[in-house]
Amino acid sequence: MKTFLRGLTLAIVVLLSIVAWTVLPWPVLLVMAVLFFLWTRFTRIGRQAGSATGVGISTLPQRVGSSSVVVVGIAGVVAVLVSLLAMGVGYRETLSKSGSADTAIVMRGGSASEVSSVLDHASVTAIAEAPGIARDAAGKPIASPELVVAANLPLKDGSGDDGSVQVRGVGDEAWTLRPDVKIVAGRKFKPGLRELVAGKGAQRQFAGLEPGHEIKLGSQTWTVVGIFDSGNALGSELWGDADIIASAYRRGSSRTSVFVRLTDARAFDAFKAALAGDPRLQVDVDTTLHYFSKQSEGFTKVISIIGMIVGGIMGIGAIFGALNTMFAAVAARAREIATLRAIGFRGPPVVVAVMLETMLLAALGGLLGGLIAWALFNGYSASTLAQGTVGSLNFELRVTPALLWTGLKWALAIGFIGGLFPAVRAARLPVTTALRES
Amino acid sequence: MKYLHLIWAALFRRKTRTILTLVSILTAFLLFGMLDGVRTSFANVGKSAAGAKRLQTGSKLSFIETLPQSLQARIAQVPGVKDVAYANWFGGAYQDPHNQVFSFAVSPNYIDQYPEVSVTPAERKAFDATRTGVLVGDTLAKKYHWKVGDKLPLQSNIFPNRDGSKNWSFDIAGIIRATKPDDKQFLQGVVLMHWKYFDESNPYNRGQVGWYVTSVADASQSDRVARAIDALSANSDHETKTMTEQAAMASWMKQMGNISFIVVSIMGAVFFTLLLLTGNTMAQAVRERTSELAVLKTIGFSSQAVLGLVLAESVLLVLLGGVIGLGLAAMLGPIMSAGSGGMLNMPPVGAGSWAIGVGLMVAIGLLVGVLPALRAMRLNIVDALAGR
Repeated sequence: MKTFLRGLTLAIVVLLSIVAWTVLPWPVLLVMAVLFFLWTRFTRIGRQAGSATGVGISTLPQRVGSSSVVVVGIAGVVAVLVSLLAMGVGYRETLSKSGSADTAIVMRGGSASEVSSVLDHASVTAIAEAPGIARDAAGKPIASPELVVAANLPLKDGSGDDGSVQVRGVGDEAWTLRPDVKIVAGRKFKPGLRELVAGKGAQRQFAGLEPGHEIKLGSQTWTVVGIFDSGNALGSELWGDADIIASAYRRGSSRTSVFVRLTDARAFDAFKAALAGDPRLQVDVDTTLHYFSKQSEGFTKVISIIGMIVGGIMGIGAIFGALNTMFAAVAARAREIATLRAIGFRGPPVVVAVMLETMLLAALGGLLGGLIAWALFNGYSASTLAQGTVGSLNFELRVTPALLWTGLKWALAIGFIGGLFPAVRAARLPVTTALRES
Repeated sequence: MKYLHLIWAALFRRKTRTILTLVSILTAFLLFGMLDGVRTSFANVGKSAAGAKRLQTGSKLSFIETLPQSLQARIAQVPGVKDVAYANWFGGAYQDPHNQVFSFAVSPNYIDQYPEVSVTPAERKAFDATRTGVLVGDTLAKKYHWKVGDKLPLQSNIFPNRDGSKNWSFDIAGIIRATKPDDKQFLQGVVLMHWKYFDESNPYNRGQVGWYVTSVADASQSDRVARAIDALSANSDHETKTMTEQAAMASWMKQMGNISFIVVSIMGAVFFTLLLLTGNTMAQAVRERTSELAVLKTIGFSSQAVLGLVLAESVLLVLLGGVIGLGLAAMLGPIMSAGSGGMLNMPPVGAGSWAIGVGLMVAIGLLVGVLPALRAMRLNIVDALAGR
């Protein structure tokens, strides 16, 4: 009964600590760490714990083999977790950077994505006349009617397979609207010609997208005249003159969407209300920031769930690895610990010493894992078929400081659980038998 | 085999350590079972015998472009073609505009191209006779509690109805079920409506179809027939591209992302960690038992026998944990799939995964056992007994 109660208490302690650990923001944790440090300096028991930890850590080099199990085990968990989450973060950043709060996208009502929307010429003209749109130097509203279609192009991987790339037909306003899109090689396409510029992401993905090269869209030959860089989802597209693309794809004068630059972010509500009140129009309006961020939701969620499941299962494995190692370490140092207890050290310092040692190893593992993920995958380019677009989206994995912190938190949590039980065992060793043990 | 009890006793000499190690191995193989299932199910998409006998014809320009419906009669005349059907993407959503369901507007013979699924003759007759009738997959029907005879309101996020709204109403005429029970087919999760009704009811389509599905009589003729179909529209304004369903699926999967690279990387990290962990356990186990091993040698066990014993012990350890882990993955998969209500579809652990898994277990067991085993084999009896 007594052992059962003790086990139950321990389990509750573990649960509560893990919950606190995941919920509490870092400033609270920092304050706790400082308080803990003060405790080890300025109380008797704390000083005992400090010196007991010192003894434990000074014997670590003798146990390099078994201690490295904790470090490498946790490094593996953190590396996998951080890499998977980095995929989600990179994807989300690529999409959310594609939009801003002061530009808006207008599509036909009820359309799930640009490509399924159709706006006729009259609607396009009406949209550009709405209030709240910023004007360029010549006094023209900065509204860019665009036509999004898709094309099959051979992939760069040499397999000869085709992939799908999103093609955007634009006019002059598209460049004014998006000042972050810059030509990095070659030149812009000339209106009226079958010329295209390719995004850097698309260039990484598909074969033949070099300035001066000719590519085939269906049976027609187009010339790639330049490469643009935008650092966002647009970089996975090909851009050409909207009129020429419309005729190649038999779209007449219709467009799929209109992008507008608002006078400022606050003008959005008025702009939206004006379009909703226009009886000629049946359209959906959204800020581009919201529109693109929404597209990343599904993928980011799936990736983080996968990351959590895989990391969780690996974490359980690592906890048992750490338990194994620390039980062995406690057993090997049973006499030392018993001696400490015999000369007057109380239980808590011994518990704290073993826990601190495990968590130190865990922190090392967490840092190592984060470092591995960063070295291997930060900036690694990946691609997938994105929701809401009709081409593959190229994005870079991003190992951010926030992710590294998440990884470290996981590592310390694993170390905490893996160290707690051996620590309690160490504190409860019967002094006399432990001293007699060989 | 006669030493099994000896190996078993050695393995459970320190229960805590062995059990902790077993759980670590178990989790590693649990993960392996789940991930390898995902990998193989991605690798096997469309790789059925029926998939090789079906050709998909779409616009060469891109998959969103449409083709004239008149092409059907011309494809049907290509030698080697058994039957040709067509379909259009409808872009339907149920209840919420973001809750998309796979929905196609299809020719009357579309479902006949897929012998993997079937509809009862009575329901099929009802579908053919109802202009607004739809066939729904049983997975979808179960998810949304649809029954035959229900009205099914769908919103299309591409096509407006004749009245200009995007609300369409259909009548559920039949349920699509897998022909083989326990089989999982894509068509069990779709809504199929009449292309004729779709085409007449929306002002945008005007006799266009999204893609053709052609059944060929002989799979070995697939490539020739595909080329012949593409030749029909060569140099027209609607050139086509025809592939076997297998090839088309493989190309889609490839664009989804390199699943196998991700899975293999994760498994690499997992097994490297496992190797170290189990290796450490075995090294500890042998170090602890130095004197016992010396006794074994003293009473006549040869060095090779001791080597074998230690190796067998480590292989047994990994096998025990691994088989339990894989078994758990096989058990958990269906539970998770059922529990998520069709949201998550965990593939079962196939024979291939078991074979690779057991192979890995033996390999890892041998790998982690070899150093301690060699140490045990080289033990000098006198030194070992003296504790030197």
